[in-house]
Amino acid sequence: MNGSSDKTRPLLRFEGVVKRFGDVPAVDRVSLDIHEGEFFALLGPSGCGKTTLLRMLAGFEQLTEGHILLDGQDIGDVPPHRRPVNMMFQSYALFPHLTVAGNVAFGLKQEALPKSEIESRVSAMLALVRLEGYGGRKPQQLSGGQRQRVALARALVKRPRVLLLDEPLSALDRKLREETRFELVELQQRLGLTFIIVTHDQHEAMIMADRIGVMNRGQLVQVGPPSEVYEQPNSRWVAGFIGDINLIEGRVAATGPQGTEIKSETAGRLHAAQPADVSLGTSVWLAVRPEKVSIAAHAPEGSQTNVFAGKVADIGYLGNSSLYKVKLDNGLVMTAVVANRTRLLERPIGRYDRVWLSFPSDAGVVLTR
Amino acid sequence: MRRGLSAFNMTAVALGLAFLYLPIAILVIYSFNASRLVTVWGGWSTRWYVALWNDEAMLEAAWTSLRIAFLSATAATILGTLAAVVLVRSGRFFGRTAFSGLVYAPLVMPEVITGLSLLLLFVAIEADRGFWTVTMAHTTVTMCFVAVIVQSRLLSFDLSLEEAAMDLGCPPLRAFLTVTLPLIFPAVAAGWMLAFTLSLDDLVLASFTTGPGATTLPIRIYSEVRLGVKPEINAVSTVMIVVVAVGIIAATLISKRGVVAR
Amino acid sequence: MSGTNRPRRGWGARLVILIPALWLAVFFAVPFLIVLKISLSQSAIAQPPYTPVLDLAAGWQGLKDWAAGLSLESYALLASDSLYVSSYLRSLQIAALSTAILLLIGYPIAYGIARAPRRMQAVLVMAIVLPFLTAFLIRIYALVTILQREGLLNDALLALSLVREPLVWLSTDTAIVIGIVYSYLPFMVLPLYASLEKMDDTLLEAAADLGCPWWKAFWLVTVPLSAPGIVAGALLCFIPIVGEFVIPDLLGGSDALMIGQTLWTEFFSNKDWPAASALAVALLAILLVPIMIYQHIQMRALEHR
Repeated sequence: MNGSSDKTRPLLRFEGVVKRFGDVPAVDRVSLDIHEGEFFALLGPSGCGKTTLLRMLAGFEQLTEGHILLDGQDIGDVPPHRRPVNMMFQSYALFPHLTVAGNVAFGLKQEALPKSEIESRVSAMLALVRLEGYGGRKPQQLSGGQRQRVALARALVKRPRVLLLDEPLSALDRKLREETRFELVELQQRLGLTFIIVTHDQHEAMIMADRIGVMNRGQLVQVGPPSEVYEQPNSRWVAGFIGDINLIEGRVAATGPQGTEIKSETAGRLHAAQPADVSLGTSVWLAVRPEKVSIAAHAPEGSQTNVFAGKVADIGYLGNSSLYKVKLDNGLVMTAVVANRTRLLERPIGRYDRVWLSFPSDAGVVLTR
Repeated sequence: MRRGLSAFNMTAVALGLAFLYLPIAILVIYSFNASRLVTVWGGWSTRWYVALWNDEAMLEAAWTSLRIAFLSATAATILGTLAAVVLVRSGRFFGRTAFSGLVYAPLVMPEVITGLSLLLLFVAIEADRGFWTVTMAHTTVTMCFVAVIVQSRLLSFDLSLEEAAMDLGCPPLRAFLTVTLPLIFPAVAAGWMLAFTLSLDDLVLASFTTGPGATTLPIRIYSEVRLGVKPEINAVSTVMIVVVAVGIIAATLISKRGVVAR
Repeated sequence: MSGTNRPRRGWGARLVILIPALWLAVFFAVPFLIVLKISLSQSAIAQPPYTPVLDLAAGWQGLKDWAAGLSLESYALLASDSLYVSSYLRSLQIAALSTAILLLIGYPIAYGIARAPRRMQAVLVMAIVLPFLTAFLIRIYALVTILQREGLLNDALLALSLVREPLVWLSTDTAIVIGIVYSYLPFMVLPLYASLEKMDDTLLEAAADLGCPWWKAFWLVTVPLSAPGIVAGALLCFIPIVGEFVIPDLLGGSDALMIGQTLWTEFFSNKDWPAASALAVALLAILLVPIMIYQHIQMRALEHR
């Protein structure tokens, strides 16, 4: 517990962690620090290695290479039952032959705590997850949301140094899932614990986590706070995985403190406020989020940088917003998302209308890969 | 399309069951036949049960068989469960194919071969043949049946339950005993039951591996049957059928209740 | 260590493998080697029951003596005496015929159970298994009562005027086949049911939707998908039937024997251990390939979960 005040040393450190199944690398050279009290999300598509990484931390998978340090101690050879981390399983893995209270007490009984302490901690924990009075039921008699809370209580009651959550909300329906996200964050802040969640849902990761580690094909491709990962993706893959993105290919014509000038064969001259750390002539992509693209029925006045004319090819009505797919005169298809602030009675833009797309210089990110 | 088929399905199942049960029903009914001639119905009587009660040799054989069945079924359940755990959980290890061969081959191996080879083993090691050699022979074959039953349950067992137990601080062996074993218990119990009845039923293995003083019930029945049909055999058969059937139905009901309670 | 992919195995895990493996090795594998050895001895040397079976105490010299004493006499006897050859052929013939009949009878039953309402299925499976659990010997004995000359089958046939004279059932091959089918039916039905039960109903609906009549869908969809069950059931019946002893002994005639009976007679009546061992080795040699196929199927079921 001394480590909590030590801000320089991370609570958890992954050092060049590799896991191979046969010849296939499931986790490929992952290095990562996680600090005390953090809510960290491992985000990636299925099969990217995020669950394997979590299972190595819990002790269910052996590392092929590298080290995992908890409070500075290498835990590679510590068996799962001696690790001070606890896991909430995707399937919840509630013991069907035990009651709710029996499930929550299971971990404490392994520590051979006095009976009275087990009882008081179990009932306090059941109160915390709002399941008072359910202690005598069997897991099969609970709803999905209640089971999820039993699984959470069962792991939390052990007071783990790190709580691991493997897709904890995937079995819940949408509405319950959205409520539970906030509950989990609130609980984590109240208890001051370190949470690591594995998810394939970028909304879930962005809403809940302090930091996100994006994984693809076994590698950790970007780590940062949600806003950074969204606004400053470091690759086309990350940009596309977290939300929708317009990508315009071009070559760097000029770059400096005033921003980057890009010449695109398809879209003409582009400008991004951010300087690019590349030599002139390098092939790059300008990435722009659809909601940062404005759409207008008339050509905008003034500067014609980052302005493109085209025809509306398709409109998707999403309720709170509308999505316009515009085929530009140069052949490129771009997407713009506009919030529906007024009702749709007099929609000014329709299908096949001629429109002009534009975005400010600070909306785009220059990507080199 | 379904409807036309389903009459056919029902007939097939009904005929199949009739084929299986009719001879047993006839056997049971004729055990209450007053006539000494097995083929002539002479009215209801329990005289053959009385005769059975006074047949010391038969009762002695039955008692021997019950003890062998109990011991061998218990040993087979422990060994078979271990074998199932190895087959399902141990992943690849040196000799895995050979191991699975040793588990699956006794299931289909003609009993005369198994019986002969076990006898020759017992002769080679100069073991006193009798109660214990029969018990070991039955354990060897029935453990493989237990292994297959437990294996199929373990295959559908959610491994994350055991992982959860370990994650909560439970060492692997205790995790198996406190979480896995209670949950696969119906399969283990079914395995025991099967091993018990197989042992109670076996003639060939017992004939090869037994020695003086250890006549099992099937050996006794077989020697009587060879001499011709005797109503007393019907009586002893009926008793065995009732004992086994009651045991199985009770076990089923208990495990059913377990399922419902879950 | 962390450099390898293998799960580390503690002493406990090794023990779990070792205990059943050792048991089966000692009581199942080693005995076969002894059978093989005795089959190569001469009947004069190997007088039962005090054969000097394995004289390992004599060390290398003992081993040499043993090797010198090896004899193919028993196998020569097997090949020369038509009694043995014909009983092999008879066993294979009866086993093949019985397996075919079992498949024909077992498939509709398994299919009917698999199509029954979910709640009924467990009960029906239990009903199929239950007689199998209640004393095999007794059930064969029950058939003796029914099939004998003054038995119930003839009574019924006479009463229905289907025959004029009582037929001879007992001591015929028909009786053996009836007995085998009767005893092995659950072994055929269960694997078939297991593979039919897993089958997705919507497959047949899709076939019907694509214009396939039900009987064709059965032949083109159901049967191929249940092939693993068919093979498993057939092997589970065929292999032990070849070596069956009790059924032919109680129901069959004494003029022509099945191989299991021959072995039994050689052993218990003629007390010729080498001949009995040679019979067992030859029987095993025939069944080795089916047994390996069966094991392969079981292993595959284990990998594909």
